[in-house]
Amino acid sequence: MSPEKGVVLTGSHFMLGDQACAEGAIYAGCRFFAGYPITPATEIAERMAERLPPIGGQYIQMEDEIGSVAAILGASVAGVKAMTATSGPGFSLMQENLGLGFMMEVPCVVVNVQRGGPSTGLPTSVGQQDMMQARFGSHGDYAAIAYSPSSPQEAFELTVDAFNTAERLRTPVLVMMDEVVGHMRERVVIPEAGKRPLLYRRLPSVPPSQYRPYRVGEDLVPEMALAGGGYSVRMTSLTHDELGRAVTDTATQAVLLPRLLRKVSEHREVYEQYELRHAKDAEVLVVAYGITGRSALGAVELGRTRGVRVGLFRPKTVWPFPADALLRAARSVRRVVVAEVNMGQVALEVERLLAGKCTIVRVTSPGGEVLAPELILEACSPERAPKVRG
Amino acid sequence: MIPGTDEHRVRTPETEKAPPHGHPLDSVLRSEVLPHIWCPGCGIGVALGAFLQGLDRAGIPVEKRVLVGGIGCSSRVVYYAKADAYHTTHGRAIPFATGIKLGNPSLHVTVFAGDGDLFAIGGNHFIHAARRNMDLLVVCINNFNYGMTGGQSGPTTPHDAKTTTTPNGNFEIPFNLPQLAAAVGAVYVARWTTLDVRRLRDCFTEAAGKQGFRFVEVLAPCPVSFGKNNDIGSGLDEMDYYRGLEQIWGSAAGLPERVEVRSSGDLSGTDISLHRPIIVGKFVDRVRPTFLDSYKAVATAAAAKGKAP
Repeated sequence: MSPEKGVVLTGSHFMLGDQACAEGAIYAGCRFFAGYPITPATEIAERMAERLPPIGGQYIQMEDEIGSVAAILGASVAGVKAMTATSGPGFSLMQENLGLGFMMEVPCVVVNVQRGGPSTGLPTSVGQQDMMQARFGSHGDYAAIAYSPSSPQEAFELTVDAFNTAERLRTPVLVMMDEVVGHMRERVVIPEAGKRPLLYRRLPSVPPSQYRPYRVGEDLVPEMALAGGGYSVRMTSLTHDELGRAVTDTATQAVLLPRLLRKVSEHREVYEQYELRHAKDAEVLVVAYGITGRSALGAVELGRTRGVRVGLFRPKTVWPFPADALLRAARSVRRVVVAEVNMGQVALEVERLLAGKCTIVRVTSPGGEVLAPELILEACSPERAPKVRG
Repeated sequence: MIPGTDEHRVRTPETEKAPPHGHPLDSVLRSEVLPHIWCPGCGIGVALGAFLQGLDRAGIPVEKRVLVGGIGCSSRVVYYAKADAYHTTHGRAIPFATGIKLGNPSLHVTVFAGDGDLFAIGGNHFIHAARRNMDLLVVCINNFNYGMTGGQSGPTTPHDAKTTTTPNGNFEIPFNLPQLAAAVGAVYVARWTTLDVRRLRDCFTEAAGKQGFRFVEVLAPCPVSFGKNNDIGSGLDEMDYYRGLEQIWGSAAGLPERVEVRSSGDLSGTDISLHRPIIVGKFVDRVRPTFLDSYKAVATAAAAKGKAP
């Protein structure tokens, strides 16, 4: 599936992060969007409602976010790349059917433009409070993959990557944006159609009589038969065997669940992305993602002008966390500062990875504002106590 | 008559040619996964049989059939039919099916689920899919209770009925499903019981041949959970119960022993109470533009506008 010319808006644009996300989806070949209005993600739905109909795509505004995620799973099993976008309250509603996507192994992309919570919280202001929900929000064990862009340009790029990862590994993939990146208007350069390689799920390589829906080879990703393809597809939310039959016993579960987890954990090369800045000689390392990654870069550059040997580790893929990369980057630092617009979520993972190796300081926020570079830089100095705002 | 054409199929459907060995529905069932999970006396299998025969008569090829179920006994239908089958989450079969239909409009998509799945947890999706006139056939097996979890009350449990969560009788008022479906925009609405096997089969044939949001309610015995608690008895006893209480809506129908009621368009009298007449039949058959018809018109206009200088 290569995007047609005339469909992709190749060139340099001045656009919202939300719009860049929508353009990334279209570039990646997404032709189905189901959604429900919610601040600050609405502009993604609006863009898709405008862009999809004339290019042969399908936009549908659903009755709620539960229906939205169910609809994109349906479109995907029928062979169409599909996406939905929401914010915290809608993301909560989507959790059960995200689990259905992990269980049935349905490629799709779910965007969460995060705002402050809990509950209705701060609908128009920034938050990064859904990061642990992205990882653990649906019931049962599963392995989430979540990207977090720091700019509109990256919203475009990581949405393309999210589709490729979803298709390559047959799994839902999350794009965890935030209100500031979503509502920030910046230059976005969209490459020519086809310049960035695009992936599509592997279709059955055998005739229907030999097709075993969940048979896997070494890469642990099954071939996917589509609705209407003549393969008599059977997919279920129940624990199932290689033939897709519901078999609810411990032996079948013991084969299925570890494979679903390993399918993600053993394919880091597919999705793992991070950025290192000024990290080589750093004594202090700031860990931050999304919009906070930009504040943190500001803090690092400010610190360098003041002679502080501070560097940045910015995961673009937050889940699974780039653990080995962080361990390498933090090998010779004495202090790690984790900054995020929540009360400490990804910090839990960093603390787990680096416990006993260095001092770990959290810079937290109850939400509503971007963390200022000065505040992050303050936390980089050993003489200062860990700073908690609010 | 040319063999293989639709006309030929209507005259001698595969499902009605008894094979020398096996079941007459073997060609459209996944016989390898039998036995099924349903209890003795349950009506779901009868509904499935009528559905498969009806689709065959309508000439819907197996490779174009998609079945989507939610959670519950009735949703398990999707396991047993030859079709692309999706057993999804509780209440969400309709939006999942919506995605499939929009993703590949050439498919014939049927949602099979129970009264609790479609009208309690999934009620919001039902009314909106009907409002949009989404091109889906929605079959509700109404057995008046949550069978799989052991017989709790649900949105169609009749007033005064006893269930495990209404031990003193149900004091809530149930939905009247045909009236609800008609009010929210369904283009085809019918109700039959599992006693009416051939009428049900013909109803499915008719519904499968139409476009838009079509709703078929099948009243089915759940002797193990519902019948035994409400003085109805076994599955066979419930057939007797239907035979004694059924009245057919409209003037076209007519077994001689049944009373026909005149259709007035007002479906408020089709509600169901214990030991009161059960009105069955076809209630609505109309044409409205489907979601896809309307979408295509708008999308074509948008594409033309985009090409203009």
